[in-house]
Amino acid sequence: MADTVADGASQRRLSWPVQLDKLGVVIAVLTGWGLLLAPFATMRANRIVAGEAMGVVASLPVWAAALLLAAILTATIIAIPRTPTALRFLAGLVALAVLAILIGVAGGHLTPDGNTYARVSPAYGFWLLLFAFALLTTDAMARLKLGPVARIGMLGLTTLAIGLLLVSGQWDTLSIMKEYSSRAETFSTELIRHLLLAFGSLAAAVVVGLPLGIAAHRIARIRAPVLNVLNIIQTVPSIALFGILIAPLAWIAANVPGASAIGIRGIGAAPAFVALFLYSLLPVVANTVVGLAGVPRQANDAARGMGMTDGQRLAKVEFPLAFPVILTGIRIVLVQNIGMATIAALIGGGGLGVFVFQGIGQTAMDLVLLGALPTVAMAFAAAVVLDAIIEMTERRGR
Amino acid sequence: MKAGTIIRAIAFALLVSFLVQPYWFEPFFALFANDGAPAIYNQGDLLTLTLLHLQIVFVATVAAMIVAVGLAILVTRPSGAEFLPLSRSLVNIGQTFPPVAVLALAVPAVGFGAKPTLIALFLYGLLPIFENALIGLTTLPKPVVEASRGMGMTNFQRLRKVELPLAAPVILAGIRLSVTIGLATATIGSTVAAKTLGEVIIAGLNSNNLAFVVQGGLVVAVLAVLIYDLLSALERMIARRMGRGELT
Repeated sequence: MADTVADGASQRRLSWPVQLDKLGVVIAVLTGWGLLLAPFATMRANRIVAGEAMGVVASLPVWAAALLLAAILTATIIAIPRTPTALRFLAGLVALAVLAILIGVAGGHLTPDGNTYARVSPAYGFWLLLFAFALLTTDAMARLKLGPVARIGMLGLTTLAIGLLLVSGQWDTLSIMKEYSSRAETFSTELIRHLLLAFGSLAAAVVVGLPLGIAAHRIARIRAPVLNVLNIIQTVPSIALFGILIAPLAWIAANVPGASAIGIRGIGAAPAFVALFLYSLLPVVANTVVGLAGVPRQANDAARGMGMTDGQRLAKVEFPLAFPVILTGIRIVLVQNIGMATIAALIGGGGLGVFVFQGIGQTAMDLVLLGALPTVAMAFAAAVVLDAIIEMTERRGR
Repeated sequence: MKAGTIIRAIAFALLVSFLVQPYWFEPFFALFANDGAPAIYNQGDLLTLTLLHLQIVFVATVAAMIVAVGLAILVTRPSGAEFLPLSRSLVNIGQTFPPVAVLALAVPAVGFGAKPTLIALFLYGLLPIFENALIGLTTLPKPVVEASRGMGMTNFQRLRKVELPLAAPVILAGIRLSVTIGLATATIGSTVAAKTLGEVIIAGLNSNNLAFVVQGGLVVAVLAVLIYDLLSALERMIARRMGRGELT
């Protein structure tokens, strides 16, 4: 019974001139939906009223609509049958680039001349198309099995391309960039503060967590209590932990001489920093313990036999072998901190969350995007870079 | 082990009595409140908020579980194998999205309230379950799978009677992770007007009343620890029955 079904399937497959790529079919459905049924851009009379959604043809000048259709249809036709992976990768990239450039053109086309209140934003058709070709590119990259250096290179090129689009003013016609231009100075202050919170708390967690992890590895008695306490801290929801820390820090600021001079206050960045630090400890300590526990006994015995002291053994044998695992903990912390630093805005700690929560408060979604998109991009970039570094250290370790 | 059980029982009893009779605990929370400020949350019923909180997490997790396990089964069949590398990368990329961003980006699509929170929790819950279901279904002991094939089981029988039961403990570990993340993330949902325990914390932040922040945070933390332990115990039970050691 099962055999006849299988035979039927293979016969049908033989009768096709080309073999279909299943992901290609999914992409074709998504592009069809995005092009024909969904709006490409939304035009609103000002930043918070409801807008008018428009399809591809209405959103773009004729030449641009033709270019977009040509690029997208070509990429879809390449995606549907089984084609060489490098070609699919290229087709996905070109389609993404055309989409990125033309959404700016749509902004210029839809904004009436001299009107400074009108706002143009990408509508869900645009996001669908972007998603479809991001899928195609991601799939091709996964199949190409790019090495760590190539992945960092791709990330660098993408960053450069986005930077060029931003600098060239191609996107200045879009609502999100108008939100930016009225807050350019605050944006850079909050961005810097966001990065300081995320990286600073990571650095503090590494400085404290590494020795703590080494101690927990060597002294079995304290291992379980340390890990349990850190585990429990993780279960306290972030907004509560940020809030709870306000009290002790306000007390320190009032009673410890010099504390307020270095910026310790009850509200603001200090409780956010401490909360991020506390959340960061578990992955650093736990991965240090796991990494050290995974060092092969033979390596330690050999080191002891060579007459190494405990300190030498740690520095020359255990730590290098455990390093990739520890680095994985650091990757988890960094990605998590970049995301969680957005919550700092709720207690006056600044960071890109300021725009997210302001935007939610004003129901101005482009303001939300102004805070959320850079956060997502930074978390993603941090993950790519650290994954690549981890892979490189693992290779060297072998 | 015994001491742990007693501590958990006490924590559970304290949690329930606080939710039912919060004013019994007023002297304790008054320590955190400024003079004259209310020590116990007075803008809504704590028990109702807790149940709503659990409801959102439960609905989102069940939905995430069905979709994630379904997708994992799909991409581990020969006919869906083409999607395996892509789905692996998507899981990696998805996990870099911060919960707040997912929540905020869901608002334009569905409006304020419980819906964006459900979507964010669903999407965020998908990834750990999917990842673990993939691990569970791709690391099955070969001899067992071969044996079931040799016994003449159909593909579906093999999936239902061999592969899924063997992968169950690992999948459950993913569900546990997803529930723990969900319990904490649901509090952030209150920034977009979802009725969860986050409301208590945010009311405390807005009125500078630490007592509210502490009680909201404590309830969520105790819930998370208890549910985490409950699911771990369930996992160990199933793992023992499947004869598969600790995998997480």
